[in-house]
Amino acid sequence: MAYPYRHERETRILSEYFGDPEARRLAVWRARGGYAALEKALNMGPDAVIEEVKKSGLRGRGGAGFPTGVKWSFMPKDSGKPHYLLINADESEPGAFKDRELLRWTPHQVIEGALIGAYAIRAQHVYIYMRGEFFEPAQIVARAIEEAYEAGLAGKDILGAGVNIDVTLHLGAGAYICGEETALMNSLEGRRGQPRIKPPFPAAVGAFGMPTTINNVETVSTVPHIIKNGGDWYRSFGTEKSPGTKLFNMSGHLVRRGNFELPLGFNLKELIYDVCGGIPDGRKLKAVIPGGSSVPILSADEIDIPMDYESVARAGSMLGTASVIVMDDRTNIVKTVRRIVEFYAHESCGQCTPCREGTAWLVKILRRIESGQGTEADLDTLLDLGRNMTGTTICVLSDSAAAPVASSIKKFREEYLALIRGGKGSAATVAA
Amino acid sequence: MSSTNGSTAIQGTAPSAETIRFTLDGLEIDARPDETILQAAERHGIEIPRLCYTEGMRADGNCRACVVEIAGERVLAPSCCRKPAPGMEVRATSERARKSQRMVVELLLSDMPAEAHRHDSELDYWARFLEVGRPRFAPRPQPAPDASHPAILVRLDACIQCTRCVRACREEQVNDVIGYAGRGANARIVFDLEDPMGQSSCVGCGECVQACPTGALMPAGLAADAVPERKVDSLCPYCGVGCQTTFHVRNGRIIQVEGRNGPANHGRLCVKGRFGFDYVYHPERLTKPLIRREGVPKDPHRLLDPANPLAAFREATWEEALDLAARRLREIRDTYGGGALAGFGSAKGSNEEAYLFQKLVRTGFGTNNVDHCTRLCHASSVAALLECIGSGAVSNPVSDVQYADVFIVIGSNPTVNHPVAATFMKNAIERGAKLILMDPRRSELARLATYSLQFKPGTDVAVLNAMIYTIIEEGLVNEEFVANRTEGFEELKRRIRPYSPEAMSAVCGIPAETLREVARLYATSRASMIFWGMGVSQHTHGTDNARCLITLALITGQIGRRGTGLHPLRGQNNVQGASDVGLIPMVYPDYRSVENPETRAFFEELWGTELDPKKGLTVVEIMDAAKAGRIRGMYIMGENPAMSDPDLNHAREALASLDWLVVQDLFLTETASFADVILPASAFPEKTGTFTNTDRRVQLGRQAIDPPGDARQDLWIIQEMARRLGLDWNYGGPRDVFEEIRKATPSYAGITWERLERESAVTFPCRNEGDPGEEVLFTERFPTPSGRGKIVPVDLTPPDELPDDEYPYVLITGRLLEHWHTGAMTRRSNVLDAIEPVPTAYLHPAELARLGIEESDGVALETRRGRITLAARADLAVPKGAVFVPFCWVEAAANILTNPALDPFGKIPEFKYCAVKISRAERVPQGEAAIGEHELATRA
Repeated sequence: MAYPYRHERETRILSEYFGDPEARRLAVWRARGGYAALEKALNMGPDAVIEEVKKSGLRGRGGAGFPTGVKWSFMPKDSGKPHYLLINADESEPGAFKDRELLRWTPHQVIEGALIGAYAIRAQHVYIYMRGEFFEPAQIVARAIEEAYEAGLAGKDILGAGVNIDVTLHLGAGAYICGEETALMNSLEGRRGQPRIKPPFPAAVGAFGMPTTINNVETVSTVPHIIKNGGDWYRSFGTEKSPGTKLFNMSGHLVRRGNFELPLGFNLKELIYDVCGGIPDGRKLKAVIPGGSSVPILSADEIDIPMDYESVARAGSMLGTASVIVMDDRTNIVKTVRRIVEFYAHESCGQCTPCREGTAWLVKILRRIESGQGTEADLDTLLDLGRNMTGTTICVLSDSAAAPVASSIKKFREEYLALIRGGKGSAATVAA
Repeated sequence: MSSTNGSTAIQGTAPSAETIRFTLDGLEIDARPDETILQAAERHGIEIPRLCYTEGMRADGNCRACVVEIAGERVLAPSCCRKPAPGMEVRATSERARKSQRMVVELLLSDMPAEAHRHDSELDYWARFLEVGRPRFAPRPQPAPDASHPAILVRLDACIQCTRCVRACREEQVNDVIGYAGRGANARIVFDLEDPMGQSSCVGCGECVQACPTGALMPAGLAADAVPERKVDSLCPYCGVGCQTTFHVRNGRIIQVEGRNGPANHGRLCVKGRFGFDYVYHPERLTKPLIRREGVPKDPHRLLDPANPLAAFREATWEEALDLAARRLREIRDTYGGGALAGFGSAKGSNEEAYLFQKLVRTGFGTNNVDHCTRLCHASSVAALLECIGSGAVSNPVSDVQYADVFIVIGSNPTVNHPVAATFMKNAIERGAKLILMDPRRSELARLATYSLQFKPGTDVAVLNAMIYTIIEEGLVNEEFVANRTEGFEELKRRIRPYSPEAMSAVCGIPAETLREVARLYATSRASMIFWGMGVSQHTHGTDNARCLITLALITGQIGRRGTGLHPLRGQNNVQGASDVGLIPMVYPDYRSVENPETRAFFEELWGTELDPKKGLTVVEIMDAAKAGRIRGMYIMGENPAMSDPDLNHAREALASLDWLVVQDLFLTETASFADVILPASAFPEKTGTFTNTDRRVQLGRQAIDPPGDARQDLWIIQEMARRLGLDWNYGGPRDVFEEIRKATPSYAGITWERLERESAVTFPCRNEGDPGEEVLFTERFPTPSGRGKIVPVDLTPPDELPDDEYPYVLITGRLLEHWHTGAMTRRSNVLDAIEPVPTAYLHPAELARLGIEESDGVALETRRGRITLAARADLAVPKGAVFVPFCWVEAAANILTNPALDPFGKIPEFKYCAVKISRAERVPQGEAAIGEHELATRA
């Protein structure tokens, strides 16, 4: 199977069967050890499962990096209410394409992880909320759910253990914001997809008003491996604070692009130049966005850092979803930033003033600068606007739009000034 | 810990153990457990900017103008949503918080129109407060104004997307018209599927207008610079819900009406209350006393043109008009006795007016022939209630629906007739209460009902008896309540035997199992409530219908507690009060029989004169007596029997046959067509008085404007008439009259004028000063001689006039949302008449198809009593085999057709059922000619 690229330095736990369509079939998956972890978990009891995941140090892979076991432990133990586990499969951030691959190639890995998670938090129902454009993954996952029901792995009395967990696939309708956990709940309930104010937090009042946990696809995909091999085993990968492996989704000006599974803490420079083969056509590196389009940009001289949550934060950005976007020296930074901000302006749900109005104004001012109509005062306005879009709204979409603007002005101010002063910027052409 | 400023302490604050102490900008303040940071700050006199938050509405936290910094938190918190925790350090004026607040206001200001749409835009206020200067951002292209709705002008260039209108429409009024569409900077307010407002399903309640902070939604025609000089707290003049309002007055004219936070409306209003106030300025208002010209005949089949009263009348001075009006009445009294006179008072007037009017008839005319339109609405309900539980008023207020788990609405269409009460019902449903809707017409509430029973018209007793049968048969009776609080149950058990759901199903058209399910649901819920309207009462078996409802409550014990009870929804704004103070032929104030010698002695003492010991005639009986010549003279104040009585040809003939008719009203009404003297009276906002709503709340209406021209306040007119009838009255004003009402009406005795001025509303019974007023009645006993509730079994009685081959359809009459009663007021409101200008008959589309009638075609309706033509409208709510016609259209008066057959107990006519034939007609009356000249119906 010629999955786009493989590299010898990878540690393939989640991605071992990427590129192998046989792995989608339940029989094959079980022959390879699938669902053994579910069986084990059902014998451990919910609290022991949570403890094991806590011990592993697994952190949420949706971007925020919150410890998964701790999150599960927030769920009430005897609320008397229905509990829900929502799997966030609404992967839509520019640069991110890891969950899509997990869903397409290893649907049973996702379902098994979700069932274990649901068991741990005493949920009777799992909703997999999937991005509406994921047409092929949706068909694959729907088929896998059917197989799981047929085999008694989902639904009533799972594996004869007296546990009932339903699994429902729900497709979104094309809004990035529905990947925000509370907007996701609203959308699932049939409401307008806009984030809810916290508190209350989902563990107290979530989907349909009931205690709810939301986990990312990659997060739950990891869980069966932890249950099968133990939390200590998982800790043998990665760093102390960022244990385990991670799918790095590499895109942009690279010789090899795609998903590479590596331990957290892997050096970004080596990731770019060794694993991904460096920048094509002998061009030079200009900038890197290390964690998806919503995080601050790093300049070429800032990339000699370990890719773990703490180190990337120390460098002034965020690991996020580890969706690395690499830009060579032909890239027009102002245009790139404008296109990123346009995405957020388009995807803003429109409820909070700073985001609804602010994203639109960021776009307008960036367009003005790009077309040579801008002024230096515009840069101050952009920064002032961005500051007041950060930490002021219900969700972080507003922050996400502001982050690349502020970091690019700080690190590539000359490019902005060149456009403002009537030049064509430092870059002659535009990235594809 | 004593840093709280004593001057800001609020009386009745919860004990300090329950308060939360936190610091706001370095100041220690206490919050109540349910308060947000913003509310606690507000209570301590500290202003935090806010736009999407407004008191009384769910906080949404979207505008971010109220963000504050909380120590230890990365993200600024919306103070409108966040509750403080003990010891929390909050900063609303820190540099970061202020900068963010200012940025919000600046961003919103940048898109505002050059000229503000309203003088008191909240955005402008906070811009000044935060010292936000000229925005750095240029405005974006803005949507064009939408002037498609007669009442509301939409100018979204001033919209700040705060969604207060969305919450007003969806969460308060639950009309679900306004939505928030699009996303990002394209997010916008829409009506239905982005329709022009005037073409959407908007019902014009204007809750969105009241909620809008910037004037993006405004009353049409209200200028931005129309700053009110005075705001007068008063009431709505229309229905019995009793909404409190504030009149905005400029240059002596009302320019706007806003909802006030009264117990019955919580700031909400409907289209009539908010936009229907302009009838007081209609050019047809009478401003001079009028005397009928010699030789102008009273033709019962030709009404006068209200725009041209001088064709039949001449103007006179008050002195001349009053002298003449009273002299002729006096002469009739002296020649034929008091029994030859009668008076109709009005449920639209105040308690004081109603009280003085009945006192005038009883002491000046010397008869009990005094009645009003209560006879035409809930007379049968009151008869049954008095008979069974000893009190004619509601047991629980509408607002109790918030405590109910189940509620029945039968024979009532509250979204149309009690729109603001309906909003609280809808809120209850949203909260989880189950609605059982029972009505031959599938009204708007059906959308939210758990059960909607569209039974066959006139089969109410079959439905209700089947429920009673089920409750008894299935052992769902509240044995303890029946044993301790009721009488007559054994008789009921015997008499109910023929009425199994299985037997009744064929009669009423509802499956037996459904009848059983709703019976179980009502009987077994923690708290069940019953609301009913004219659909129950306006039948020849109206009293029986109400008896069944009372029986349901008694055998299940669903009465005497919060969220239970019996609530006949009152129609007019003061039908409760007018009845309470004795505007009824058989009882004095407080429902005390005129035939009881002790009571009579009390009133003879109070009023200082001998009183007629016989009970008087009712509305329809008075009309019959007039036609027969036994009644020769009448004084009619604010009633319009020439539109509201059944069989109008008969009623108009009766009025025309009177020797002497004095009419006191705002306009030359259909009734005034037959007057000899017309006394120009005052409209609701032109006077002060008390009004009692459907919940038994006595509320104060305050004068906002003066009567026009030489029109006078009604209290003055009644008193002048009384003097000329030989009564030595000297009331200084409504307050003096109210003091006498307290003496005459023990239930009102504890209510003082001062308290009404202070609190605006006091619930009766309130027997002693300082009593809180009883919202829930019958908690311990019923005010019957035995103290028990009496169960009265009833049998099936068919409607008086059943369809046959010649008249194959059933005619149901009723009201429209936009038009009040006979239309005297609302047809003269420009806004309301613009929304519904054309007389319309409502039929099921399948019936229209069967009859070969297209929508908007003319349709002729004919009964044994008369014929009218209207425009046809398709309406799925109307059952097949029936036609619904509102009785507000003078051009096509539905009551020309109705059957005057009476309920034997309540003497109420059967407005809800008669046989009619339907055919296509060429001519459709045009709305423009509505109040002008019109072809008059003639006997068929």
